[in-house]
Amino acid sequence: MSKDNQVLEEFTSKEYEHGWTIDLESDSAPKGLNEDIIRFISAKKSEPEWLLEWRLKAYRHWTTMKEPKWPNVHYPEINFQDIIYYSAPKQKVVPKSLDEVDPELIATFKKLGISLTEQKRLTGIAVDAVIDSVSVATTFKEKLGELGIIFCSFSEAVREHPELVKKYLGSVVPPNDNYYAALNSAVFTDGSFCYIPKGVKCPMELSTYFRINAANTGQFERTLIVAEEASYVSYLEGCTAPMRDENQLHAAVVELYAMKSAEIKYSTVQNWYPGDKNGKGGIYNFVTKRGICAGDHSKISWTQVETGSSITWKYPSCILKGDYSSGEFYSVAVTNNYQQADTGTKMIHIGKHTRSRIVSKGISAGKSQNSYRGQVHILKRAENARNFSQCDSLLMGDQCGAHTFPYIDVENKSAHVEHEATTSKIGEDQIFYCQQRGIDEEAAVALIVNGYAKEVLKQLPMEFAVEAQKLLALTLEGSVG
Amino acid sequence: MLKIKNLHARVEEKAILNGINLEVKPGEVHAIMGPNGSGKSTLASVLAGREDFEVTQGEVEFLGKDLLDMNPEDRAREGIFLAFQYPVEIPGVSTVNFMKTALNKIREYRGQDTLDAVSFLTMMKEKIKLVEIDQSLLNRSLNEGFSGGEKKRNEIFQMAMLEPKLAILDETDSGLDIDALRIVANGVNKLRTKDNATIVVTHYQRLLDYIVPDYVHVLYKGKIVKSGTKELALELEEKGYDWIKDEMEVA
Repeated sequence: MSKDNQVLEEFTSKEYEHGWTIDLESDSAPKGLNEDIIRFISAKKSEPEWLLEWRLKAYRHWTTMKEPKWPNVHYPEINFQDIIYYSAPKQKVVPKSLDEVDPELIATFKKLGISLTEQKRLTGIAVDAVIDSVSVATTFKEKLGELGIIFCSFSEAVREHPELVKKYLGSVVPPNDNYYAALNSAVFTDGSFCYIPKGVKCPMELSTYFRINAANTGQFERTLIVAEEASYVSYLEGCTAPMRDENQLHAAVVELYAMKSAEIKYSTVQNWYPGDKNGKGGIYNFVTKRGICAGDHSKISWTQVETGSSITWKYPSCILKGDYSSGEFYSVAVTNNYQQADTGTKMIHIGKHTRSRIVSKGISAGKSQNSYRGQVHILKRAENARNFSQCDSLLMGDQCGAHTFPYIDVENKSAHVEHEATTSKIGEDQIFYCQQRGIDEEAAVALIVNGYAKEVLKQLPMEFAVEAQKLLALTLEGSVG
Repeated sequence: MLKIKNLHARVEEKAILNGINLEVKPGEVHAIMGPNGSGKSTLASVLAGREDFEVTQGEVEFLGKDLLDMNPEDRAREGIFLAFQYPVEIPGVSTVNFMKTALNKIREYRGQDTLDAVSFLTMMKEKIKLVEIDQSLLNRSLNEGFSGGEKKRNEIFQMAMLEPKLAILDETDSGLDIDALRIVANGVNKLRTKDNATIVVTHYQRLLDYIVPDYVHVLYKGKIVKSGTKELALELEEKGYDWIKDEMEVA
């Protein structure tokens, strides 16, 4: 092995930081999936009849579907009867305010660097904290409420704002959309709901923090964001999970709905447990994220920093329906050891003068496989549509793989579609150059990787950009070459 | 400051350095000249700690420490600076950010506090003047899309920032027009003090018109075959390297 590879190898063999568990007493459903389990979940959440029916319909459809085999990822067949579909940390009473939240839970999030205590928050970020299947706390609810902004857990939204949930649930990702979306629709347990009224610019970052704690549990959350005319919201989600030897399934659905001139910025820092050095354990992250620019001049922007999960399968997409609407996708996906990622986006241009921009930066290290898969579809009536795509791959070492699968369908001659792709390796020359200036190997790799991912990282809200930079360095620690 | 004793080095199975002896004292400028393939750049790389080359024999002492025992970053932190013949590009990392990282790593090693943004910028402004570099260049990705001259000027700027005790300029004149050469050489000259030293590796005499050496050494087949003062460089320029080769063959 060349020296180069040795350094890379060392750099990528750093341990996962959030691998601890906390003994939370939990209230769980029995293992397995059938209509009774769905009724159990729905009853636990005291849901209205229509929602139970909606779930059952999704479940019945799911039983007729087959797991997708087209992604460039490999894993043993999942036994869906071996998963617990509902697990909630036991709380004696439903907390009415943060003061009533179990201190153990507050401590859990504190350990993750997330403060659920509002007065200690200086940066002005409202947080919805979700452990396993339920939301445990949402901060700044009142302050946001003064502006008419609704930010709460999905369960609460079902209780308090059923008309909104009924109207938009499944409107962007229908329950029968795909295998995992159907599964999620049947068994989703919680998530965040966010509604920004007409003309309101949300004054703070909204964020949801997801944590899987219980063993043998799947996490199936749903996020729904509706931005009314001329409103704006920036939303961030973060996620971690304990280190466990068995794989755990995370199948989420995110739906974004942007009306005329509305803008939704959605950022993800995904750090689910990636499995150990030998590929044992880790989260299967099978997620459907889609937004619709329903109104003219609306905008949806996805930014994702994907460092965790043993397998990632997700394509945050934009349906550009309104004229002059625009969609963006900025992604950094890092895979190390035996991680596999098949991620990218879909930009569906329906409206006239619609624009989309895709910037994807893949980083592969160890024995990992990293695929970009993206579709740009310009429909017949989408006059003067524009797309720019840039897909870069960075390889560290010679045992990993990077793949690019771009699909471009153009049905209108006035379209302009550009696609650029590069593949590079962190060179021994670059590392030596840094070393000669006094920068050690690990710091050199962090510097080079952050430089490479800069165009994406700068899209993140500032507080998170710094975190993301550290996370990138940490994920690759021990892997230079 | 630097003592090289009987240094042998090879790349894969090929011996490139075959017993180099050289001593450099503070305040001195040494020029290493020689035909292509004589081992000049190898010597520079071995001193900087590049691991493509394997040292098979000999020792190198730098400020009383065993240089060959140190990893490349510690050599840099001890005060060795190599101005690269081919500076590499690092996309997305500005020279400013790069220098800030480097400087703080070096300061950390020396037990000094890291520089705050204001002190760093003040220092940078000062050095910019010294080496006549365009500030906008420093905010761009390191060496990406730089002309040959800009890359070399950037190397000298970095040298100014890091204030090395021993600077090794590896073919810094290659690919430079006469104006760029003068600016680069001026920068190097301004950075000279009685406490630091410079090794100039070059194929041509012309750089030595601007950076005047105290000693000139001629390298041939991995050995220093002739040493002298700056006049030796002029003689070489006049007679060409064949003169050395012929002399060696005769001997």
